[in-house]
Amino acid sequence: MNIAETIERLGALILERVFALGGFLLFLLNALFYAVLPPYKPRLIIRQVRQIGADSMFLIILIAAFTGMVLGLQGYKTLSLFGSEGALGILVALALVRELGPVLAALMITARAGSAMAAELGSMQATEQIDALTVMAVNPVQYLVSPRIIAGIIAFPLLTVIFDVVGIIGGYLVGVGLMGAPAGPYFNGIKANMGSHDIASSLYKALVFGVVVMWVCCYKGYNAQRMATGVSRATTEAVVLSSVLILAWDYVLTSILL
Amino acid sequence: MNEAQNGNPSSANAVEVRGLKRRFGRQRVLDGVDLDCPSGQITTIVGPSGEGKTVLLKHINLLLRPDAGTITIEGTEVTRLGALALNAVREKFGMLFQAGALFDSMSVFENVAFPLVEKTNLTIQEIEQRVHETLDAVGLKGMDSKFPSEISGGMQKRVALARALVRKPRILMLDEPTTGLDPTRTGAIHELIRNTQKNFGLSAVMVSHDVPAVFEISDRIAFIKQGKIRLAGTPAEVLGANDEVFDRFLKGRASGEDAEQAAMA
Repeated sequence: MNIAETIERLGALILERVFALGGFLLFLLNALFYAVLPPYKPRLIIRQVRQIGADSMFLIILIAAFTGMVLGLQGYKTLSLFGSEGALGILVALALVRELGPVLAALMITARAGSAMAAELGSMQATEQIDALTVMAVNPVQYLVSPRIIAGIIAFPLLTVIFDVVGIIGGYLVGVGLMGAPAGPYFNGIKANMGSHDIASSLYKALVFGVVVMWVCCYKGYNAQRMATGVSRATTEAVVLSSVLILAWDYVLTSILL
Repeated sequence: MNEAQNGNPSSANAVEVRGLKRRFGRQRVLDGVDLDCPSGQITTIVGPSGEGKTVLLKHINLLLRPDAGTITIEGTEVTRLGALALNAVREKFGMLFQAGALFDSMSVFENVAFPLVEKTNLTIQEIEQRVHETLDAVGLKGMDSKFPSEISGGMQKRVALARALVRKPRILMLDEPTTGLDPTRTGAIHELIRNTQKNFGLSAVMVSHDVPAVFEISDRIAFIKQGKIRLAGTPAEVLGANDEVFDRFLKGRASGEDAEQAAMA
């Protein structure tokens, strides 16, 4: 009896998780399906690109500058032990373009725009605004989720590129300007050793992170529970799950792209 | 008030519900609801909290699908329709949500214009005219650029009503339209609903906890209890029915006791 009950509960738990996972996947497929289905609303996409992209730009530039600067500092210290300060440029650039650019940019956008998105959709759910869309025969996924996912696909690679460039300049300012690494080899090293493959892998990662972050944040907000703690819980879960998935996908993508 | 209409119950119904059942997990919320909402009248669903009033309305406005039973809206059986056909039925009705459900990222004007912008091909001038007409009809002027957070609860209800009416629906659905309003505003909103229903020639389905105040504006009352319609008829009929449970529910409300407690006792 007791064993049967335990098994029953375990089964119910597993079923629940499987259904939740299925719902999670269907949510993305639904959003992508409605993204290609008319009516098209470029206005909504542009607004989201502004919220995710333009409004996050200052933060991205700030974080990128400090990341590049600290790389310049640490890189110079380490390389100078071996007398190879000339390699500072390529060290900073590869670290940024291959890993830190896409990952840190995605984490920053999650913290800034993703959390806001989950909270916004969550409170729309809590105050029946999403139901109101349905009743007015406006598909809420098409109106709310699809534009956000498309905007993520547009904004993430652009912000990642900005992150990479600003970071490389930050590394130059500290490594060359402050610490005195040779100026010429900094950019020459980058030019000689960085291939289009490195840049492409940076963009692939940004693209995947864009979809993952928007997917998770929209899903969590859209399915927030209708109570006072529902919105805050949705926001927290969105940020935590996005961050974990960014790093997990980063490993997967790196092992494929490297 | 509506003797002629009430005397003819076989006249076309705007909404007909038959044997509607719905459960959430192990909880049976609707257990075979039968309900007629006659055309051109206000039908009000009353009952204690947690007895399925709002769930019933969410089935009628097609937000939820039933486990069993049928819903017929103006002659169309809707329970087995696909998404596109459902949207066609949705064009027939306007809905006023409990808390208004106004889009808080949009101004009053944008909120009311939203259904027109999204679902019609009207020009900007036509939309502007329709929105102002409708806002006038609910007694709001010069509020266009205000945001929902900047206006009072009563005004939000009016804006939400305007949004529900702007496409000239045939059926108006109202989910507890007076929640969170003081008695004066409640009276004003009730009067507004009555007048709007008359002026627009609407059928209305309303869920309300505002007994007995809501009886004055309702043509028909349906009392829901334990997932079933226990009592239905004109306000005079249900008041004179001498139903023990209904009377206890009324008394609980009137004396300010917790209605659920009173009705369950």
